[in-house]
Amino acid sequence: MTGLSSQFAALVVVLPLMFAPICALLRGRTLPWAITTIVSALSFYVSIELVIAVNTGGPISYHMGGWAPPWGIEYLVDPLSSYMLLIISGISTGVLIYARDSIAQEVADKHLGLFFTAYLLGLTGMLGICITGDAFNIFVFLEVMSLASYVLIAMGEKYDRRALTAAFQYLIIGSVGATFFLIGVGLLYMMTGTLNIADIASRFSEIEDTRPARAAVAFLVIGIGIKLALFPFHVWLPNAYSYAPTIVTAFFAGTATKVSVYLLIRFIFTVFDPEFAFGIIQLKDILMPLAVLGFLSMSAVAIFQTNIKRLLAYSSVAQLGYMALGIALASEAGLTAAIVHMFNHAVVKTGLFLSVGGMFFMVGSVYLKDLAGIGKRMPITTFGFVLGGLALIGVPLTPGFISKWYLVVAALETNSNLGYALVVAIMMSSLMAVIYIWRVVEVAYFRSPPEGAEHKEAPLSLLVPCWMFILGSFYFGIDTTVNVGLAETAAAFLMGGAP
Amino acid sequence: METETLALFVDLFLMVLLVAGALTVLTVRNLFVATMLLGIVSFTMALTFVSLDAVDVAFTEAAVGAGISTVLYIGTLALVGAQEKTGVKFSAWPLAICLAVGAVLIYATYEMPPYGSPDNPAQTHVAPRYVQVSPTEIGVPNMVTSVLASYRGFDTFGEVTVIFTAGIGVLLILSQRRRKRDDEAEEEAQKKGTQSKLRVSLTGLGSQHDLVPHIVAKLLIPFIFVFGLYVQFHGDFGPGGGFQAGVIFAAGFILHALIYGLQFTQRVLSPQVALILIVAGVLIYGGVGIVSMLMGGNFLDYNVLLPDSVAGQHIGILIIELGVGITVAAAMLVIYYAFVGRAEPVNKLPD
Amino acid sequence: MAFFDQFNYWIFIILLMIGLYTMMSRGNLVKKMIGLSLFQISVFLFYITVGKITGGTAPIVVETLPGDPAPIYSNPLPHVLILTAIVVGIATTALGLSLVVRIKESFGTINEDEILEMEDEA
Repeated sequence: MTGLSSQFAALVVVLPLMFAPICALLRGRTLPWAITTIVSALSFYVSIELVIAVNTGGPISYHMGGWAPPWGIEYLVDPLSSYMLLIISGISTGVLIYARDSIAQEVADKHLGLFFTAYLLGLTGMLGICITGDAFNIFVFLEVMSLASYVLIAMGEKYDRRALTAAFQYLIIGSVGATFFLIGVGLLYMMTGTLNIADIASRFSEIEDTRPARAAVAFLVIGIGIKLALFPFHVWLPNAYSYAPTIVTAFFAGTATKVSVYLLIRFIFTVFDPEFAFGIIQLKDILMPLAVLGFLSMSAVAIFQTNIKRLLAYSSVAQLGYMALGIALASEAGLTAAIVHMFNHAVVKTGLFLSVGGMFFMVGSVYLKDLAGIGKRMPITTFGFVLGGLALIGVPLTPGFISKWYLVVAALETNSNLGYALVVAIMMSSLMAVIYIWRVVEVAYFRSPPEGAEHKEAPLSLLVPCWMFILGSFYFGIDTTVNVGLAETAAAFLMGGAP
Repeated sequence: METETLALFVDLFLMVLLVAGALTVLTVRNLFVATMLLGIVSFTMALTFVSLDAVDVAFTEAAVGAGISTVLYIGTLALVGAQEKTGVKFSAWPLAICLAVGAVLIYATYEMPPYGSPDNPAQTHVAPRYVQVSPTEIGVPNMVTSVLASYRGFDTFGEVTVIFTAGIGVLLILSQRRRKRDDEAEEEAQKKGTQSKLRVSLTGLGSQHDLVPHIVAKLLIPFIFVFGLYVQFHGDFGPGGGFQAGVIFAAGFILHALIYGLQFTQRVLSPQVALILIVAGVLIYGGVGIVSMLMGGNFLDYNVLLPDSVAGQHIGILIIELGVGITVAAAMLVIYYAFVGRAEPVNKLPD
Repeated sequence: MAFFDQFNYWIFIILLMIGLYTMMSRGNLVKKMIGLSLFQISVFLFYITVGKITGGTAPIVVETLPGDPAPIYSNPLPHVLILTAIVVGIATTALGLSLVVRIKESFGTINEDEILEMEDEA
């Protein structure tokens, strides 16, 4: 690669990072939004180029400041990180197309410049975490992402003051998670003398028997688990997603927790090495029960929600449980399931949140009681929600089916009673998903709308991007060459090619 | 041996102070006192850092932990009240979690490399290059500056981004409208053309009638700024650099605002200008990276900036430190403005 | 001196526990932030201790006379990392406190129990 393309690894992060401050000076309703959307789309384009480059030419290493690792900071694009870049920048761009009218309703015009600055910073943080090959640099960008997300969540206060307390709660819990991560990195540094992930990985086998190394594993897994909203560390997530502005919820539901899933995979499979993580310290014994308990209990809790955003948020925690289960299975099939589910769930959940956002835009509420008969008042939006719901449940031809299929195959591969039990648990959780989606359908189609309610669809600027995600999710449910193909490459790379 | 024992004694004394301070922070009921004690803990921590050879960190911790952060806490307490309400309820869960976390760490300490040994992995693997080669490779005597601005310059760019995010975030959160009736009052005032002169904030008034602070501040502020400049540009040779200098500059402005009133300070440096400065700092830093890209190097590769790579490193470090200083100073100031500007309006202007 | 080998680490652990406990057990939001600050400060001590070399000096080149032993410098890398962590700490504090101010304005209290009660009513 020469010229511009040799700088792609840096540009994917530097672009949003450099335009964030510029955006802070812009005023008006259109300009900040337009710049943000264009920058995000450029990042998306660069991500696509990187995915192609990695899958044809192998991993790319970019030395920040021209200093070779381990002395300088390395950007490392491998099959997994490029896949993450693709998900994050893609979801972000799609959500931004939707954002213009939606956010103008929820945030005062004079704050839009700063709002989109925070949005770009959140995007920068996520991309930076996924692409960097330096453990401390992860912490820095984790904080950029987190600080931006606290601010963005708090912006929901115009409609519900609980957004403030949700943001504060997330700030406290999130900072503890990040600090745990910092302690873990510090312990690893103390034992290996390096911060570069590949370098730590190559030295990890020498220190894996020591107590500080094991403590480091504990701190890293718990720290990441908190950020991931892994059951039982999930308490912050439902509040944060319920009260944040629509596009913030849609963006973060699709990407933020996935970034933590990525970190978990990265540390377990690249740094600790599966043989150590699952063979010697039996991380599986902790991760698997939490994952299963997580998706069963959270699916059950989702059934009893009266706020659709909250319902979907609990469903997200349950889906994160599936991903954690895929990781805990410690096999290539399980890992593929986890990685592909990140993609599928991101597309589906974003579509769902955007359709709920459409309802909120017109009705001004996301409580089931206010949405009676919404299927008659806003047929196109509601139908989008139903299709997204089907994908979430995992009906054949939808991406949800693909992920669950891989997960079930991975569980059965273990050839044990545990495997069958896991399949039963997955089935039960899916059944509960049917129930909670049905509850919405029932309210939407079988209750009569209140007297004098307007029959009016959401504007096209909201409908089109929302349907883009819904139809996109069906596309990835039928033609799986992109999502599954890349995920399989990434999983094979992690299992086999781990240094 | 004598001096070693003495050093050990000093260390022990500081450590005991730290623990005592932290325990008092936990138990004391008055939040104002707790804040002050937190500042003392920070300052003691800074002293500990000096004895651990981390002079740059000590400088920063003293300026930020004991300085700016205390100012922010007090600004908050002025708005929310300083007394903790309910009596302490003992709950087992937090204690159990803390003990568990502590137990894991204590378990880890027993196989940690011994304190201070030059043979520890941290001392033998990556760091030797910073210590041995950086003075010739980068040409800067302060190795912390070399690592911070060059080897790990991208981390520092991330750090500037963090403080930028905080500035933007506080501005966004605290510029939200307060309550319905306030907005109405403000709108009415604007209609009448009286502007919001009535909304002079309580803490923003300054100490109008105290002669001594006025004179002292007048004498002090120029020196604070000169010192800030020194720290900014001398960071290559001694402890200091953009971050510390930024905090010192902000401290100068904050002192000015405390003594002469917020309105007067904002006439010197308005919130809009401060916002532009935050942005400018980040752009200066990132701009160096972009220029190095255009000149054929990687992002933030200062070697390509000038034909002589050591001179390139020099100029690169100088400019990015300037970016850091500007962003930090302006961000601290914007945050301070936002907190103080939030105080309840008082209905009379000073005479 | 074996007893003092891990002494700094124990102090770090004690401070960390006090900070964490303050943050989790207290209902006042400002007190929670104070606990969080304490918790973060303790980690600084850990990193800096890792970088210390006994008999070392601050990592700034000093001129030595010929014949003098070469100076030993402590490890500059943890110092750089902690400079960044301090900035992260102040950024978190500033954002957290600004949220506290807004919570006080919207709910009229900064006590966790009272806020939870109000939230349940809503």
